[in-house]
Amino acid sequence: MNFSENISELQAWSGFNGHQWQQRIDVRDFIQQNYTPYKGDDSFLASASDRTKQLWLEVSTLLEQERLKGVLDISNEIGTSITAHKPGYINKPLELIVGLQTDAPLKRAIVPNGGLRMVEAGLQAYGFELDKSVKEAYNRYRKDHNQGVFDVYSPDVLACRRSGIITGLPDAYGRGRIVGDYRRVPLYGIDYLVADKKREKSELDNVMFSEDVLRTREELSEQIKALEELRQMAASYGFDISQAATTAQEAVQWLYFGYLAAIKEQNGAAMSIGRISTFLDIYIERDMQAGRLDESAAQELVDDLIIKLRIVRFLRTPEYDLLFSGDPVWVTEAIGGMGEDGRTLVTKGSFRFLHSLYNLGPAPEPNLTVLWSNDMPKGFKDFSSKVSIETSAIQYESDDLMREHWGDDYAIACCVSAMRIGKQMQFFGARCNLAKTILYAINGGVDEKSGVKVVDGFDPIKSEYLDYDEVIAKFDAMMEWLATTYIKALNAIHFMHDKYHYERIEMALHDRDILRTMACGIAGLSVTTDSLSAIKHAKVRVIRNDTGIATDFAIEGEYPAYGNNDDRADNIAVWLVETFMAKIRKHKTYRDSVPTQSVLTITSNVVYGMKTGNTPDGRRAGEPFAPGANPMNGRDTKGFIASGASVAKLPYHAALDGISWTATSTPDTFGHTLTDRVNNLSNCIDVFCNANGFHVNVNVLNKDTLLDAMEHPENYPQLTLRVSGYAVNFIKLTREQQLDVINRTFHLSF
Amino acid sequence: MTEHNTGKTSGLIAPACVDEQGRLSGFVHSFESGSAVDGPGMRFVVFVSGCQFRCLYCHNPDTIKMHNGNIMTVDHVLEEIAEFASFLRFAGGLTISGGEPLLQADFVKEIFYLAKHDYHLHTALDTQGFLASQLADEWFDDIDLVLLDIKHIDPEKYLALTSKPLQPTLDFARRLSDMGKKIWIRYVLVPGYTDAVEDVEKLADFISTLKSVERIEVLPFHKMGEHKWQELGFTYHLKDVLAPSPQQVERVINQFKARGLTAC
Repeated sequence: MNFSENISELQAWSGFNGHQWQQRIDVRDFIQQNYTPYKGDDSFLASASDRTKQLWLEVSTLLEQERLKGVLDISNEIGTSITAHKPGYINKPLELIVGLQTDAPLKRAIVPNGGLRMVEAGLQAYGFELDKSVKEAYNRYRKDHNQGVFDVYSPDVLACRRSGIITGLPDAYGRGRIVGDYRRVPLYGIDYLVADKKREKSELDNVMFSEDVLRTREELSEQIKALEELRQMAASYGFDISQAATTAQEAVQWLYFGYLAAIKEQNGAAMSIGRISTFLDIYIERDMQAGRLDESAAQELVDDLIIKLRIVRFLRTPEYDLLFSGDPVWVTEAIGGMGEDGRTLVTKGSFRFLHSLYNLGPAPEPNLTVLWSNDMPKGFKDFSSKVSIETSAIQYESDDLMREHWGDDYAIACCVSAMRIGKQMQFFGARCNLAKTILYAINGGVDEKSGVKVVDGFDPIKSEYLDYDEVIAKFDAMMEWLATTYIKALNAIHFMHDKYHYERIEMALHDRDILRTMACGIAGLSVTTDSLSAIKHAKVRVIRNDTGIATDFAIEGEYPAYGNNDDRADNIAVWLVETFMAKIRKHKTYRDSVPTQSVLTITSNVVYGMKTGNTPDGRRAGEPFAPGANPMNGRDTKGFIASGASVAKLPYHAALDGISWTATSTPDTFGHTLTDRVNNLSNCIDVFCNANGFHVNVNVLNKDTLLDAMEHPENYPQLTLRVSGYAVNFIKLTREQQLDVINRTFHLSF
Repeated sequence: MTEHNTGKTSGLIAPACVDEQGRLSGFVHSFESGSAVDGPGMRFVVFVSGCQFRCLYCHNPDTIKMHNGNIMTVDHVLEEIAEFASFLRFAGGLTISGGEPLLQADFVKEIFYLAKHDYHLHTALDTQGFLASQLADEWFDDIDLVLLDIKHIDPEKYLALTSKPLQPTLDFARRLSDMGKKIWIRYVLVPGYTDAVEDVEKLADFISTLKSVERIEVLPFHKMGEHKWQELGFTYHLKDVLAPSPQQVERVINQFKARGLTAC
């Protein structure tokens, strides 16, 4: 179908090359045909305009009020939707890009479709009450996702949830991790997108109505309605987005409206924006060529968009914040990388997005992610390293590794999960706790903390000293049980989420036929690895309490720990990742999704640690796990490079949802001068990626800075640091989390 | 302890040690696979143990006694390095630090020789130079850069600070300069001990006479090693000394820069 005759794309698309993307939706083709690679340095960038500074100042004031109160305000009178709220502004005359989730900045919406229980708990925690009519609607007329899931959960799943061997399941809130292709809104306009969805639906008019077909048809109808609501919402702000965007400012605005619709409708655990900087640069370049825009105005547009992305908020409970550390939304933007044709995807737009960290100061959101390739231009590598050293607010992921699997138009959902934009989605599965699993293996399924029998049919180990082969045999069987229970829970969650809390607008910005993954995850990799290494290479004596439960372990001798580039330990970690993945793959997954897993924890490593007793590696009960794929705190004694070399051994093919490593350093650690530091950091990331390392967060901080920030949070409103897969505002962490961050290996050389 | 007074006695290099199979061995405190502050680029650092100095501000007092390290063959050390050789070749190189590497001259020389000839690495030696006069020029053939620690320029204060005389270090600096060997001078800035304007001036005077100094690194004193003194049961004399302020560090760097020296 060719729409270009019907609408005024003549103007919107004038000056753009290529035909394929005009015939059908193909944003990648549009980018490939039109973008301008940039190989220079950062000298062209413009600083913040006075207007930007004024606007950011007003937002900063609100952010401080929010910090003091916990939440600034809640719109408790209405369940959110794309069109539920009237237009809202920060300060209308100052805003180049408009649109807020509710009618006021930082005012949070409630999302009852995800789960009314979570909404009520969230409101209560901050002194609000749920509006009676909303409550009645959900209690009497409408079922939510959370109710659906608990209707079908089995006793074993509930027991796992309770004991904490599986934690963070998205069964009471939006699963998130779905990245709409928001670029489609400016490139095509709503008319085109609606017509295309109608085409997709009409193709299913004359096939037998199986369950699958019916579900798809219903979903397509919902998607079309959502697109219409998006059109209405934009109209309420005074914009007609029926047609494609004609200028850079419109492109940014249309795109943001698309994203805004998504965050009005869903409070997903992670709400990435995708990969937009190079796409938008095409519009900026066109306006510059035509003399309609200069660098300063271009940077203003980017800064304005970034301000909006920094104030995305969801109402959550304090328990949720504890698990995820602070108030994250993971507005992840993937930047840079290489194209399949060998040209770099770095543009001036890539620089402008990173530059916002100088113009507005460091911040954890949006979650700026550099897709690192050894072939990227040095100018951009060095600029990224410099921004890392000066702001700590970037994460790196290996484009060379991901491009092989996902092509050159993928985005990152949440922190490390790559997916082809508009062509792929995932069923987010949180993670299960392998360290606790090994304790279950030793104790025959009895929980080491509660004494409750969680798993039936397993005998405990009775010997005084742990025998490696016996432990492995029992552990293997216990992992088998865990994988089974885990997939049962995930199938239940995603079946119900599709049914009661379907992502209408995000999926409207996808193709109809997409790849779905079932994104499982493991926590406690280093604790489990070191425990097995201790059992294998040293002697581990079991200390049991009077009811016979193994509650502590005494290690006799030394064992090689994961994180020192020592194969004796690292091979155990590789084995764990591959073995658990193989067990997940055995199961039938909901909607025939492809099973994957991540080795990733945000700061939930703290919560996992709290829920896990003493472990055979010598870790004490309650002590936090290392985050993600990190070696255990303090055990990677050979420094930064050896630590990274161990992590890089973990096979991406067995953890396609991502592997996360956090390296924390002080600035001095990377050299004595800024030039030294930039060079050294670029080289380090190069070598890590060369070794098939997948992801690294770089924290460049002083320990003293962190200690002082604990005492005087008011002086550090913007202190950002990366933890596994994410950057957080340090002052928003709990005291235990702050101490954990500080006690993590600081790679100090002295 | 007459050597303190003459300023000439250079002390003794420890005899080469071998393991039971006769392989050349030495005492190693630890490895650091990625240091960016011990020579150019990213360095693999071998920290050997043993030092005749007793610097008041030492942040590695656990490396003072040779036997605090583990005895290790040269081959073992090279195996550790080999894992990272391809990275080190483009990103940096090998640095041997300590402790005082010259105390185990045979061991250290063999590591440098193999790192240079088998792995083609850039090599750096971190030393105070006290024992250097006992080593022939050829000993330094496989070393690309010497990180020379000059603890103080005043002989009296040097002795008080380190328990050893200054002159051998200055002689060594002169000799390196004559040999054309590249030098980075390292100077630890300790308030109340090494920060006097006139001392820094004197040091700058001396360095200005050397031909092969590429940079001077002013290292701000820190107390991150203090707990090690306590653990070792030694008295830490600098308990009440604070780290220098950024302004103090800046001032000293500028004193060197004013002479046309490269300092950071």
